[in-house]
Amino acid sequence: MAAASRISSLLSRSLLSKGRICGLGRSVVCSYTTAAALEKPITPSINVNYTKLLINGNFVDSASGKTFPTYDPRTGDVIAHVAEGDAEDINRAVSAARKAFDEGPWPKMTAYERSRVLFRFADLIDQHTEELATLETWDNGKPYEQAAKIELPMISRLIRYYAGWADKIHGLTVPADSPHLLQTIHEPIGVAGQIIPWNFPLLMFAWKVGPALACGNTVVIKTAEQTPLSALYAAKLLHEAGLPPGVLNVVSGFGPTAGAALATHMQVDKLAFTGSTETGKIVLELAAKSNLKPITLELGGKSPFIVCKDADVDKAVELAHFALFFNQGQCCCAGSRTYVHESVYDEFLEKAKARALKRSVGDPFVTGIEQGPQIDSEQFEKIMRYIRSGVESGATLETGGERIGDKGFYIQPTVFSNVKEDMLIAKDEIFGPVQSILKFKDINEVIRRANTTSYGLAAGVFTQDIDTANTLTRALKVGTVWINCYDVFDAAIPFGGYKMSGQGREKGIHCLSNYLQVKAVVTPLKDPAWI
Amino acid sequence: MSGSERGMIMMKFADLIEKNVEELAALDAINGGKLFSHCKAMDIPGAARNLRYYAGAADKIHGTVLKLSKGFQGYTLREPIGVVGSIIPWNFPAIMFFMKAGPALAAGCSMVVKPAEQTPLSALYYAYLAKLAGLPDGVLNVVNGFGETAGAAISSHMDIDKVTFTGSTEVGRKIMAAAAASNLKPVSLELGGKSPLLIFEDADIDQAVNIAFNAIFYNKGEICVASSRVYVQEGIYQTFVKKLVEKANAWVIGDPFDPRVNQGPQTDKKQFEKILSYIEHGKREGATLLTGGKRLGSKGFYIEPAIFTDVKEDMTIAKEEIFGPVMSLMKFKTMEEAIKRANNTTYGLAAGVITKNLNVANTVSRSIRAGIIWLNCYTAFDVDCPYGGYKMSGFGREFGLDALNQYLQIKSIVTPIHDSPWH
Repeated sequence: MAAASRISSLLSRSLLSKGRICGLGRSVVCSYTTAAALEKPITPSINVNYTKLLINGNFVDSASGKTFPTYDPRTGDVIAHVAEGDAEDINRAVSAARKAFDEGPWPKMTAYERSRVLFRFADLIDQHTEELATLETWDNGKPYEQAAKIELPMISRLIRYYAGWADKIHGLTVPADSPHLLQTIHEPIGVAGQIIPWNFPLLMFAWKVGPALACGNTVVIKTAEQTPLSALYAAKLLHEAGLPPGVLNVVSGFGPTAGAALATHMQVDKLAFTGSTETGKIVLELAAKSNLKPITLELGGKSPFIVCKDADVDKAVELAHFALFFNQGQCCCAGSRTYVHESVYDEFLEKAKARALKRSVGDPFVTGIEQGPQIDSEQFEKIMRYIRSGVESGATLETGGERIGDKGFYIQPTVFSNVKEDMLIAKDEIFGPVQSILKFKDINEVIRRANTTSYGLAAGVFTQDIDTANTLTRALKVGTVWINCYDVFDAAIPFGGYKMSGQGREKGIHCLSNYLQVKAVVTPLKDPAWI
Repeated sequence: MSGSERGMIMMKFADLIEKNVEELAALDAINGGKLFSHCKAMDIPGAARNLRYYAGAADKIHGTVLKLSKGFQGYTLREPIGVVGSIIPWNFPAIMFFMKAGPALAAGCSMVVKPAEQTPLSALYYAYLAKLAGLPDGVLNVVNGFGETAGAAISSHMDIDKVTFTGSTEVGRKIMAAAAASNLKPVSLELGGKSPLLIFEDADIDQAVNIAFNAIFYNKGEICVASSRVYVQEGIYQTFVKKLVEKANAWVIGDPFDPRVNQGPQTDKKQFEKILSYIEHGKREGATLLTGGKRLGSKGFYIEPAIFTDVKEDMTIAKEEIFGPVMSLMKFKTMEEAIKRANNTTYGLAAGVITKNLNVANTVSRSIRAGIIWLNCYTAFDVDCPYGGYKMSGFGREFGLDALNQYLQIKSIVTPIHDSPWH
């Protein structure tokens, strides 16, 4: 399953039926649906029913009674006010999770019974896909079709994947050097604290909660303050599926308060964090200073997408475009440095620019829209600053670079060429729709340049040549290498970073070890028949 | 299809089985004389459980990326072996069907199943449900018939890539020979047993009696792991025997549809006559028939649970698999002696050990040559627990992730690698 080709063919198919052209006083034909962005945004047809904290099986107000607003990034308007969790709420949630683990039925159920709850949850997700996708798009701004047709199926798929592991968690018996029986038992780790970001709110929820619960743990999860809604609804479905109270607790709130409280909590046995590298460092430090809880970190990236000289340029352009612009450029593994071999550079650039011009931007609830607004004003301002920096540092702004409309956080798909390694736009994670195209001569050079970063999350390699593919695969210091594809996120593929892109892996079998601890059991044998 | 897509179909299949549990249970009860209540509570749900386990494994069949010597890189793929012939017995029609179908389907194989001629009905129902669940046509085929004809055709078929068989050791030999003579198809065999249960003096006697009784009389003794040789340490022997006989006397034999009944009829006339003949043999050879052993009623194939004492190791009833409700009870002095006697058999399917002592448990479990050792329990199967025989009880393991290996073959793919920064 190639999510990349599915997504881009899905979106481009819708696009073909909706050719939009607008003239903005340029001689250039463009497809930014400025008009659509300025039109009255579609009002989603659902109600927001779940805005409180979910602790011990109940929706409750925060201890302080405070709430905070969550915004519609299409307009900046408030969607709803959501209970704001702080340290006290984290305490309550952790207590509930602690009790549920130490005394409750969850870890003592058979793994099969746990898996049945998770399978039922997956079924409920499928049954409520529309509502969940609507909440997701409303809160985050991603195209509805992307949420409904790509992400929601991935979410239920992933839950089922981990449900299927629950009753297959094995330890080992290992050979002894002396007469002993040696076993390793993989036990659930206890209370897992999880902190998730806003770019894929529900998918990130699934990536964390799925394996943690499948391994028999209990969870306290703090959602991103920008996108608190979908997790609350999903958590309600999980309880409907038969999850005992206290096993999953959802606290909406902010990083410095609720997030920090979770990272420092002495009763939390494990922390998993996805977010920026700078926050990841803080979280790691807090964990070390409190109870040395083990941590997994999924952080930022500046992933190279390398187009080799034998590339089919049209395909490379489409894939490189997708690798960067998908999800409004808000992907930790966005292919944000596009290295193109000099022999195909000019053709590539021309086509990449044209493709960016064709990208339809507007209300994510409108069918055929490829790009919605950025998440909020903070991100918006940051991206605009980077665009200005790109221009100031001497890169060529091929297209885009401007805001669209004056409401919400829409940015034109932006392409820079003649980007040099030392420019900020080539070094820093922008997390927006800004593609940087760089030229290279030979493979050793591009390897060196691609690896010259403190990040190491992913890379894309575009070539038909076996040796080139093999060489680049081994040489790139990244956690995922996508060859002639991008953003393929099957449930079984482990994902995570090298270097400052993080530590630990999510998805696949590897993720299980994040939520288990190994107990070695040693018994002497008297006169064994064999050792 | 991807493993996960196969898994989804298998999940639906499991759901359909659960929906139709009454009919499926009734079919096995009527065809096999099995207790209806047990089929409903255990056999059929067990089959669904099995399917779900393998449904959840279908997307987790990993190969290995290897650590090759300098200059090469490689990986293995585990590919479905192809067309699987599955020949299953009559004692647990539901469980046997899915013991093979679960992993075979998860692995991506297609199947030709030949159920036992004594119990052909439920398999057809399963095939129907499979179609409803969305299994593509041709993936699961069911052919009812006899061993000498249909079964033999499967074992010698040139287009069948693998045969899996559960049944008697003598038929197992024939199948293996036919496989060798035809296309060398890999074979896995789950055959007979003469499994020992060792009860030590420190055992809780009531618990031991319970375990021992069910270990042989469950499913009217028609179970390959039946503990037909019970060794009781002499210190508790008298008390044990007394309680055992009490339990036998309270045991209700009758219509398997009656919820009060503990034991239904033997599966058919042939089995029935064979068991009665072994009982006669036992008496002739000088063992003491403590209780039971007689036919019950004049219709059907009901036999009272038989307990023999004063059994010697060289008696027929101590050596051969009876496959009926006949226990051979023996006394032992020391652990070493018990181990020796337990291993004194060409079989090696299961064994039970009842003791509270850590050392005894560890020593005995390492010393007995059998595929599954039950400590302080018996017939405790779990879909995650590999099961199969040592010696002439067969080879290959079923249940657990290991079972998948029966239906996969490993392909290694090797390429040169140049300019790698590491090896």
